[in-house]
Amino acid sequence: MTTRKTATYTGIPGWIYAVAAAGALLVVLPLAAMVARVNWANFIPLITSESSLTALGLSLRTSAASTVLCIVLGVPLALVLARGSFPGQRVLRSLVLLPLVLPPVVGGIALLYTFGRQGLLGRTLEVAGLQIAFSTTAVVLAQTFVALPFLVVSLEGALRIAGSRYESVAATLGAGPSTVLRRITLPLVLPGLASGAVLSFARSLGEFGATLTFAGSLQGVTRTLPLEIYLQRETDADAAVALSLVLVAVAIAVVALAYRGPRAGRPVRAESTTPASATGGAVQ
Amino acid sequence: MTFVVEAAVDGRGFDVSLRVGPGETVAVMGPNGAGKSTLLNVIAGLLHPDSGKAELDGRTLFHLTGGHGEWTAPHHRGTALLAQEPLLFPHLSVLENVAFGPRSAGASKQAARESALRWLAEVEAGELQARRPAELSGGQAQRVAVARALAADPGLLLLDEPMAALDIHAAPLLRRLLKRVLAGRRAIIITHDVLDALMLADRVVILENGSISEEGLTREVLQRPRSRFAAGLAGLNFVAGGITEHGLEAGGLSLHGQHHDLPGPLPAGQPGVAVFPPSAVSVFLSEPHGSPRNAFPVTVAELEPHGDQIRVRAGRGGLLGADITPSAAADLGLEPGMKVYFVVKAGAVAIYPT
Repeated sequence: MTTRKTATYTGIPGWIYAVAAAGALLVVLPLAAMVARVNWANFIPLITSESSLTALGLSLRTSAASTVLCIVLGVPLALVLARGSFPGQRVLRSLVLLPLVLPPVVGGIALLYTFGRQGLLGRTLEVAGLQIAFSTTAVVLAQTFVALPFLVVSLEGALRIAGSRYESVAATLGAGPSTVLRRITLPLVLPGLASGAVLSFARSLGEFGATLTFAGSLQGVTRTLPLEIYLQRETDADAAVALSLVLVAVAIAVVALAYRGPRAGRPVRAESTTPASATGGAVQ
Repeated sequence: MTFVVEAAVDGRGFDVSLRVGPGETVAVMGPNGAGKSTLLNVIAGLLHPDSGKAELDGRTLFHLTGGHGEWTAPHHRGTALLAQEPLLFPHLSVLENVAFGPRSAGASKQAARESALRWLAEVEAGELQARRPAELSGGQAQRVAVARALAADPGLLLLDEPMAALDIHAAPLLRRLLKRVLAGRRAIIITHDVLDALMLADRVVILENGSISEEGLTREVLQRPRSRFAAGLAGLNFVAGGITEHGLEAGGLSLHGQHHDLPGPLPAGQPGVAVFPPSAVSVFLSEPHGSPRNAFPVTVAELEPHGDQIRVRAGRGGLLGADITPSAAADLGLEPGMKVYFVVKAGAVAIYPT
């Protein structure tokens, strides 16, 4: 008997492994190079300097806020895109996904001409006493702008895979649409929603271009960790590297959270897979 | 206090009108794609017909004819749907699943729980209450699904092939359970199994190509089928044609038969059918003579096992069948493409108008 557990044919040619290794190196090598450059002796003082802690705190707060905003706005968007049927649905989907491929700086300019002082809504908001551009609110808006597609894409996928058969059954049992959403749909796609939220948080945390353009770089107000790193790089490379490492650590934690193993409560597609003997034995 | 539905879905060529009395169970049978599931989805409110109307106990489910646009949402209809798959909500326990209907109807947590326990006991699944659906066998899950549907107290229970996904051990148990809980309850059950129609339904409706081709008491439909599909269910050969003074004429085939249960002579000139069981058909290599028998030449299309007999399918695109013993088949040297004679006694052929 062989002790190997998996002897199934994979069909992957040997040279694919070589190319895949090159791809993995492209990602891992720069990270290793950066870690090698870390000034470990001064690491703690560097990352606990006042400006660093301020930037980190701001980053975490704004990313949390934009993640909440992504959930509040993204869940309905994903629902209407996955389940709804209305004219312009495909166009809407393309537009919502646009920030994924748009250079963030372009997003920042677009936000500026919407919420800025001279912008589309900016003047109205200013009359109401609200000034958004170059404020912490602007940071949150910029981060939401770039992170929203991540939540929508991952939740829409989960909704499509889950199908709407459970919802149909729930409706015939007398549950109204809001009850079905709360008690059936959202619990069923919770894993997809969770991984979408984690990805949104990660994207918010790394946001740079749109934030700089729309919110500026004001310490304690709009200077998030990526902006702080970029600024430090000009004057203090050691500090920039140390802070980068902090961001890498946070990113790894987030990714690990999003891709942990299958959990209980994940939707089960079919229940009729148990063997016949179990049925016969259980019935008296 | 009855249920009526009339609905047309133009895109699917679906046009059906059906009435179900209080406490009556109707079996809907028909070939795949005939529109059986469409019917249930229209009644449940999951599919919007192009026209028609439906009423359940005086409440309008939909009324879309003559400029009306009334439409009751599925959750206000009281038409619980039990599908082929149990579709138990995977994130809820068995008890929570069954309590879902009462909870949605506004019952308190306690009342919904009591109702759920009662229905679980009714389907003999009380001991499963704490389990998750993933921990149930197919038969157990479907029993819980029955309890869940009944706990919603539907005015009309819709069952879409509830036994189809079960293995051969679980299906008879569920059939017996359904017989008990459907007694005196208004329900429509889609099935492919003539046994379900016999055991569970008062009446059978045959749906073919989007419309009802035949309906009646289950026993009568099986004894006197008027559609090829119903004849197939009853296991009878079926020939449709025109009635003559002596029997039935159908595309060059002339059949003599009996018509004992008709009040008078055969109404010549009317369309009619002749049905006869394959077991009454003998197979000969040459045309036999004498005796009041029907004999007609056919070409053998297929030979297939049928119980301990061989079913010879021949003639009319293989639509006629004869059951003979394996040794007789061997003696005759039957094989597809052979020209043989099907012989059936006139007394075994029932002829009646449609």
